[in-house]
Amino acid sequence: MAKKTDNVVEKIQEIAKDIYNKIKLIKQPELVMPIRALSNVEYNEKEGYFKIMDKIKSRTLTASTIKTFAQTLRMMGLSKELIEKNDIATKREAYYVSKNWGDARFKEQPESDTVMDDIEAMMRVNREQIGFIPGEKGGAVAGKLTVIDVDQDTKKELKIDCTKFGSGAYAIPSSVEHLKFETNAKFVLAIETAGMFERLNKHKYWKKTNCIIIAMSGVPTRATRRFMRKLADENKLPVYVFTDGDPYGYFSIYRTLKVGSGNAAHINKFFCVPNARFIGVTPQDIEDYKLPTHPLKEVDFKKIKDVIKNDPFCKHHKEWQKALQKMAKMKVRVEQQAFSAHSLNFVMETYLPKKLKDQKTWLP
Amino acid sequence: MVQKTAEDLAKKQKQISIAEFFEKNRHLLGFDNPRKALLIAVKEAVDNALDACEEARILPEINVELIQLSDDRFRMIVEDNGPGIIEKQIPKIFAKLLYGSKFHKLSSTRGQQGIGISATLLYGQLTTGKPALITSKIGKNQPAHQIKLKINTQTNNPDVVSSTTVEWDEKEHGTRIEIDMEGAYLKGKQSVDEYLKQTAIVNPHLTLIYTNPNAEQFIFPRATESLPAEVKEIKPHPYGVELGRLIKMLDLTSAKSLQQFLTTEFVRVGGGTAKTICENSALLPKTRPGRVSRDMAEQLFNGIKKTKIISPPTDCISPIGEEELEKGLRKEINAEFYCSTTRNPSVYRGNPFIIEAAMAFGGEQPADKTVRIMRFANRVPLLYQQGACAITNSLMHTSWRSYGLNQSKNSIPVGPCTIVVHMTSVWVPFTSESKEALAQYNEIVREIKFALQECGRKLASFVNKKRRIKDEGKKRSYIEKYIPHVAEALHELLGLDEISKKKIEDDLCEILEHTRGELEEIKVDNPDYDPELAKIGKEEKEKKEEKEESESETGKESKEDKNDKVKDKKKPGQQKLM
Repeated sequence: MAKKTDNVVEKIQEIAKDIYNKIKLIKQPELVMPIRALSNVEYNEKEGYFKIMDKIKSRTLTASTIKTFAQTLRMMGLSKELIEKNDIATKREAYYVSKNWGDARFKEQPESDTVMDDIEAMMRVNREQIGFIPGEKGGAVAGKLTVIDVDQDTKKELKIDCTKFGSGAYAIPSSVEHLKFETNAKFVLAIETAGMFERLNKHKYWKKTNCIIIAMSGVPTRATRRFMRKLADENKLPVYVFTDGDPYGYFSIYRTLKVGSGNAAHINKFFCVPNARFIGVTPQDIEDYKLPTHPLKEVDFKKIKDVIKNDPFCKHHKEWQKALQKMAKMKVRVEQQAFSAHSLNFVMETYLPKKLKDQKTWLP
Repeated sequence: MVQKTAEDLAKKQKQISIAEFFEKNRHLLGFDNPRKALLIAVKEAVDNALDACEEARILPEINVELIQLSDDRFRMIVEDNGPGIIEKQIPKIFAKLLYGSKFHKLSSTRGQQGIGISATLLYGQLTTGKPALITSKIGKNQPAHQIKLKINTQTNNPDVVSSTTVEWDEKEHGTRIEIDMEGAYLKGKQSVDEYLKQTAIVNPHLTLIYTNPNAEQFIFPRATESLPAEVKEIKPHPYGVELGRLIKMLDLTSAKSLQQFLTTEFVRVGGGTAKTICENSALLPKTRPGRVSRDMAEQLFNGIKKTKIISPPTDCISPIGEEELEKGLRKEINAEFYCSTTRNPSVYRGNPFIIEAAMAFGGEQPADKTVRIMRFANRVPLLYQQGACAITNSLMHTSWRSYGLNQSKNSIPVGPCTIVVHMTSVWVPFTSESKEALAQYNEIVREIKFALQECGRKLASFVNKKRRIKDEGKKRSYIEKYIPHVAEALHELLGLDEISKKKIEDDLCEILEHTRGELEEIKVDNPDYDPELAKIGKEEKEKKEEKEESESETGKESKEDKNDKVKDKKKPGQQKLM
């Protein structure tokens, strides 16, 4: 680990040196980084994730780029300082550090996040390796799992039993690399909404079916994705995903979890769960279970069109194309909670058992 | 109620003299309030003086003096170096309304109707009861005649109070008018000061000496020694005559045939055109004009419309010229950008006319107010009734946004801009006898719009250039803002020393300078600007401070002195914009 961080500092200095030398020659310096977008990833089922291709963009120093250019360099400086002092900063903290940079400060956090992602991609490392951690909370975990963490003071092993949180849950930390697991669960069920997670947790659904349930609360954070990946890799557990029946649930949540995203193209390799499978709610389920629906909004239609046209994952899987087209035709979306129309526990007692048994109703 | 017979009523029916009519309706001539009356009086006298000098081909030198006699009473003295007026004509010219030389001809003089100066006399007589004093000398070694005149309003005839000969040695020839009248002297946009200044601007061949009631003297020396081209009298153009006039002309002509009638009574009609007109009218060219019936006249009238006839000659009108117009504007306004245009002659109702426009943009002009409009007709400033004028109307219906001025729909645009429009024509169509606004003929409105659009396009390219330079300047300062940060970051990352850090900043400047090229600058660079002139006619408030500065400035020397002072303070010639 120590060696790796040295490398990062060296890499940062190398880039800085390049720029310095260019300037000395009275030439416009440039920063080169891979393009982080769906247009620069490819997908094949064997590798199982969005693999970055070699399209790059270079940010040449000009009047319109000089501000970001200066900010990128200053952010690299901050990163170097953090690594050397063996410290970390959250994304939010880094944003506040920039407030000391006078005119080069960031106005809003998204600006500093983007610059951070750029540096990450430029160095082809993970955010943690350059000293930054996300501020956002990870997912919530409950069920047949014991997480083995390390006590920061005593450096002793710390066993956390995820069955013993009562009506609460274990919160995934921002860094999960050091965690180990003990489990005899049969599968992991990843759930989009905290509400659905609450219902399943309250009735100890995990006990009856011998599983681990994880609430993603929207698009899963990097830590949550990595957490599930480790469970899948190290404990050979299948991961089933249960989201709302809408384009956002399918292609922002499920697709990102399974194969990664365009924006994080450079790190998809580590932050994906290739064996994840989608169990519902599918457009077919809307019909099969006669679920109450909401009309699709303009943005949903746009997303469907865009995904079918541009998303390499969707282009690879005919089943997904068909599902999306069906949804567009039905012009409706459905929420996880819609099952309550039948009865409050319908989802637990009827829907999930039925779906889990019948792989044919899943989507890849 | 006792019914009255027609005969009873007839006893009361009698002719009204024109003088009586205007005595009651003096507002029609512009004498509706004391302030305006003073201006109109000066205007009529100066117009006449200028017309007389130009007609006699004499470089005009006019002396205007206003003396305050009491609170609301003034004496106006206007003296010119014109050809003078022979003794016999003096009473009629000055004391008979509708008597003059200009009504029956088509030429671009200032006066048109023969009302103005006699109306001024009438006004003076009405408000003070005093006669006017006219002195005129027609040549060297000739005596000067001095006549005291009144108007008999019942008969519209001159009433000579006294007539003497006097010595007037300082002038070879010229005319001097002295009229006492009720009035009010105020500065500002519609003041005598402003009027005379604008007159001087559009008449660069005029030397004008003006002493206002505060005993401040202004000298506007002539800027050019050449008189405007002599105005020629022209015959009417066929397109301009109405049916009634055509019938009257056919009646009065001495021509033997229709063809001859057409070629001799009209401009731009030669044998060929005359034949075509006859053909288009289905009339024989040999028809005797006397035999042409009303129906035939109408045929002829329609035939004229169908025939293509070249526009009337334009040497009968003389525009000020783009260059002179712009020069005048430069004296008055210290701006960043000037442009002007003189349109080709055009025709309304058969009268040739030329529209000229000029613009001054930026500089010290306020950006949040409506633009200043300066209107001129045959070199006469129009200060009243801006709203009723074809010039204002055309200006409001031109869309200025694309030319870089703000404008809500169909209203006067807003921006740091002065717009000058001048119409010159053999017959300027005013909306009333007081000659304050141009009538809205389609052809005139269209030409004014074209002239404004021409100027507008030039303005737009300047405004765009200015904006580009401003943007570029912004980018530059943006670059300069972030260069130290790039250097600082590299300093941090590589542990450079201060010297290298400074070097990086310099190198970065060079790199970015190299890629962006030299920066242009727009400056106010206007050596013609005359702040002293620009001040004339401004409101009292603004003027007060200046007055204290130099109590008595007469003559050119002190004026120049002051110019320098102002220049030192504000440097109007070299103001940086960026």
